[in-house]
Amino acid sequence: MTELRKTLFSRIDGILLLLYFALVIVGIAAIYSVEHRTTDTELIIMGRGYVKQLTFFGVSLFLGFIIILTDSKFFSSFAFLIYAICLATLFVTIFAGVGAKGSRSWLDIAGFRFQPGEVAKICTALALAKFLSLNETNFKRTKDRLVGVAIAVLPAIFIILQKETGLALVYISFFLVMYREGLPNAILVIGVAAVALVITSLLIERNLLAILLTAFAILIGIMIRHTLRRKIAPRIILVGSLMVALLFSQFVVPFTFKHVLQKHQIERIYSMIGVDVPDEYNKALDANGDKKEHINSSEYNVLQSKIAIGSGGMLGKGFLKGTSTKNQFVPEQHTDFIFCAIGEQFGFLGSAVLIVLYILLMLRIIYLGERQRSAFTRVYSYCVASILFFHFAINISMTIGLAPVIGITLPFLSYGGSSLLSFSVLIFILVRLDADRQMLIR
Amino acid sequence: MSIATNPRRYVISIIFIGVAIIMLLRLFFLQNFEPKYKILANDIAIYKKVVYPPRGTIIDGKGKTLLSNAPIYDLMVTPRNISKDFDTLEFCASLEITKEKYESILHRVLVRNLSVRQSAFMEMLSAKQTARFQENAYKFSGFELIERNMRVYRRPIAAHILGYIGEVSPGMLKRQRYASYRQGDYAGLNGLELEYEEVLRGQRGVHYLERDKFNRPRDPYKGGALDSQEVSGKQLDLYLDMELQEYAERLMINKVGSVVAIDPKTGGILTLVSSPTYDPNLLRGKERSHNYSKLYMMPTRPLFNRATQAMYPPGSTIKPFTGLIALNAGVIGPSYGYPCAGGYTACSRRIGCEHSDAGHASSFRNALSHSCNSYFCHIFRMTIDAKKFGGVKNGLQVWHDYNNSFGFGRKTGVDIPYERGGLVPDTSRYNRMYGGSWNSCTVVFVGMGQGELLLTPLQMANGMCIIANKGYYYTPHFVKAIGKDENDSLLMPYHEKHVVLNIPGATFDDVQAAMQDVVDHGTASGVKLDSVKICAKTGTAENKAVVYGQVIQMKDHSMFVAFAPREDPKIAIAVAIENAGFGSTWAGPIASLLIEKYLNDTVSTKRKPMEKKMLEANLINKYVTTIDSAIRVRDRKSWERRMQRKHIRDSTNKAKDSILYTQWIDYKLKKAKRGATK
Repeated sequence: MTELRKTLFSRIDGILLLLYFALVIVGIAAIYSVEHRTTDTELIIMGRGYVKQLTFFGVSLFLGFIIILTDSKFFSSFAFLIYAICLATLFVTIFAGVGAKGSRSWLDIAGFRFQPGEVAKICTALALAKFLSLNETNFKRTKDRLVGVAIAVLPAIFIILQKETGLALVYISFFLVMYREGLPNAILVIGVAAVALVITSLLIERNLLAILLTAFAILIGIMIRHTLRRKIAPRIILVGSLMVALLFSQFVVPFTFKHVLQKHQIERIYSMIGVDVPDEYNKALDANGDKKEHINSSEYNVLQSKIAIGSGGMLGKGFLKGTSTKNQFVPEQHTDFIFCAIGEQFGFLGSAVLIVLYILLMLRIIYLGERQRSAFTRVYSYCVASILFFHFAINISMTIGLAPVIGITLPFLSYGGSSLLSFSVLIFILVRLDADRQMLIR
Repeated sequence: MSIATNPRRYVISIIFIGVAIIMLLRLFFLQNFEPKYKILANDIAIYKKVVYPPRGTIIDGKGKTLLSNAPIYDLMVTPRNISKDFDTLEFCASLEITKEKYESILHRVLVRNLSVRQSAFMEMLSAKQTARFQENAYKFSGFELIERNMRVYRRPIAAHILGYIGEVSPGMLKRQRYASYRQGDYAGLNGLELEYEEVLRGQRGVHYLERDKFNRPRDPYKGGALDSQEVSGKQLDLYLDMELQEYAERLMINKVGSVVAIDPKTGGILTLVSSPTYDPNLLRGKERSHNYSKLYMMPTRPLFNRATQAMYPPGSTIKPFTGLIALNAGVIGPSYGYPCAGGYTACSRRIGCEHSDAGHASSFRNALSHSCNSYFCHIFRMTIDAKKFGGVKNGLQVWHDYNNSFGFGRKTGVDIPYERGGLVPDTSRYNRMYGGSWNSCTVVFVGMGQGELLLTPLQMANGMCIIANKGYYYTPHFVKAIGKDENDSLLMPYHEKHVVLNIPGATFDDVQAAMQDVVDHGTASGVKLDSVKICAKTGTAENKAVVYGQVIQMKDHSMFVAFAPREDPKIAIAVAIENAGFGSTWAGPIASLLIEKYLNDTVSTKRKPMEKKMLEANLINKYVTTIDSAIRVRDRKSWERRMQRKHIRDSTNKAKDSILYTQWIDYKLKKAKRGATK
């Protein structure tokens, strides 16, 4: 038994764990730095966020230990069952959930509060991995592709029903996994093109955009003129996509902005891309009778967050010397906006080190995924990497004004038991599965 | 399952890295090229707290406090921080104000200032208001008590000496001296408070504090590395004798005039009274400007420091100096006599003398003790006409130089501001006045202290110091030590011994003996003290006032100068009482009482009736209101004329600048040119 365990532990990926520990410790230090008061006499003060986070870390390690002792087949065998339980819990939460600001994403069981949406990510990852690794699954078939999408989207729908849209958006990250496992390239191209179109139609004046789009289409047409001469399909696709793009930018966007979206939504969208609301949509606001009165809360958050990070400079103000974060100017600075503490106190260098740590972690996970014999572990690895990536990208982007403020946490750094525990479990399951990389887990 | 590397692995990796690079670029520019965030971060989190140190206290010669500080409280409000469930009624009750008042003040604050800024709600709360507010302070968020120091004059005396402080005016802020001040700061505006402003105020401390989201001050910014520590103002120790000052002020009640007493050995001013005076506590805090204008409008002009600014003809009190000059110049000897028969007629008009009995001016000593006008007119003429000086014009200049070395005709340099220098006429002045054709008879009145000669009471007292010291004086001053340091560099000018033109001690002996005779059996025999040898000289100065274009002969000024004891002078004193009559009737007894009080600490019972008479006398001229309003009318008219001239000048200048004017010039030029071509 000891022999077996020794070999098990020796097969564990140290680099992954090291990166994990580094990030969690940085997180606890960051929480400490925003909660520290110069009047404090002791290092450990009960009830403080960093002490709680330390406890959660302890619990995470304990869970991780248990996970590592668990048989790796357990996760694949029970993936669907876990997923089903998870869906049921999510469904119950829609009605029984509690929470703030209208959302009902938290469950209160025997005094413990947790967010099923956070845990559901693990279950979905397991279920997706299980589904994609099934022998009978052929991901080139449309039917199987739809099932895969459904596995990813179903929890998201439940979470949207709990009015926690930000968390639901995380499930978009599973598309990255499915892309890896064979979704057509077009998905990526269309996705990128759609985002680009939305942003350009907001940024560029409508008529100019029409000319530009047409010019772009003609340019592509010229570039692939040989193909176009021979085949009909590309011609239809080219003309069709130009039509769709024009339709979207000329009619759909103005219509949506004038008649569908509310005033605050328009403002938020434009503040996100950093442009003033154009006059034509402002007129629509005037008609409603209420012009921009005061800075709304998410804009305030982002402004304070940018002040904190921007004032950090190259080297930062130094540990415990961040005037913005220490004095609570950034709202939610120990949860969603914890990156401000890093940006302010350690400046660009510190931030860059942190970002590099994350990228190393994610690339390591991809590397682990690619060295597996079993598809289950590979898919699961990609799930973990994608979830981490989505959280990381959106969270940091929102603190520096590159993305809208949606309430998702920065993995391992943000204060909060649900978040830290679920990410730890994600990682430890991966560690456990990776330890058995020579086995074929089904 | 294929184990071969899937190319999509790299697509995903590139997406990860690409996003990270975008973030890093954004972060790089945000953190390194957008300085506005640094400014904003400091703006929101750093709070500059200016700490005003307590102003220096002022202590009298015997260690009693004249001027010190007491804490007062201002109630500040930050309207935005007033909570929604604020109990206005309770708040108003604790401050004893009505709800309407509360609302009007709050409205005014909101209009003047932003709701996020802290501004004054009520200034200088009473002790009761402070206590009641502090009890309930936790209930009133948005309100805060700020402690300030306020000047407290322990006794209502010495107003002209101590001066007062007030907010610096925009005009002062432009001056070099107030370069480090800001609007709203306090500074000395008069008296010692102004003269020793830099010493008394200390050094402001600036503390940078971090504040949190709720505007509560927290840690010092950067551990206080940028802070500057405040330095308390230094204490001023004066020579002033508080009891003597108070006694002098009591004696001077209902009299217009002044008293100056100096310690001849140090030049330290023991007492300086300008009457009528006022309670210095009137000129502080929020009532200052109101009270100031009230005092300013009073016909007796209590704000005017007569001791250093009023210039009087010294009358007979100048005679010791006239004699001193004549003796030293060698034009007379101590035994020189003049046959006065009740008048001086040598200058084709008669100058009256109080005495007509033969021999009252048989020697210098007799002449001085009887204050013979004829004698001093004569020796004055002898001095300036003396052959060795070469004519009256040179002679007068020599006489003028003597006077200047006595400290007459120029500022003594006392350490309170706005001193005036008096007037000692010189040759050029008479040349201007009389077109060059004048002689010793034209200016003869100067010899007996009338005419153009004008002295301040401070100069007269300083003159007494010279005679008491037999030839030297120290610049009169108030401050003995700055922050317990007697050798502070600011005090150096007062340690310098001024020696008067090498007059031998024997000459002073003659003058002193004559002045002692004045008290022992001369004009001032009423002021004699049993225990102390007083040397003195009375003076009765004629003066005129111009009321609505008419020159009116006013009642004489009562003057008295003295020093005592003769052997070891401890006090030199000058008393001037306007329009009171003979010097020996009023000024003399007051000076004598002060000398007795200072030397013996008490006034003997024998002299109580005299003291009572002096305390109760009301010598304020009944015409003072008329004269004052006449002066004010004159001042206003001259101001109006000045303004009118300025206005005309300005408007002509403006007209010259106007387009019409330039067009007119152009037109003229063209016309001239056309004319030239034709």
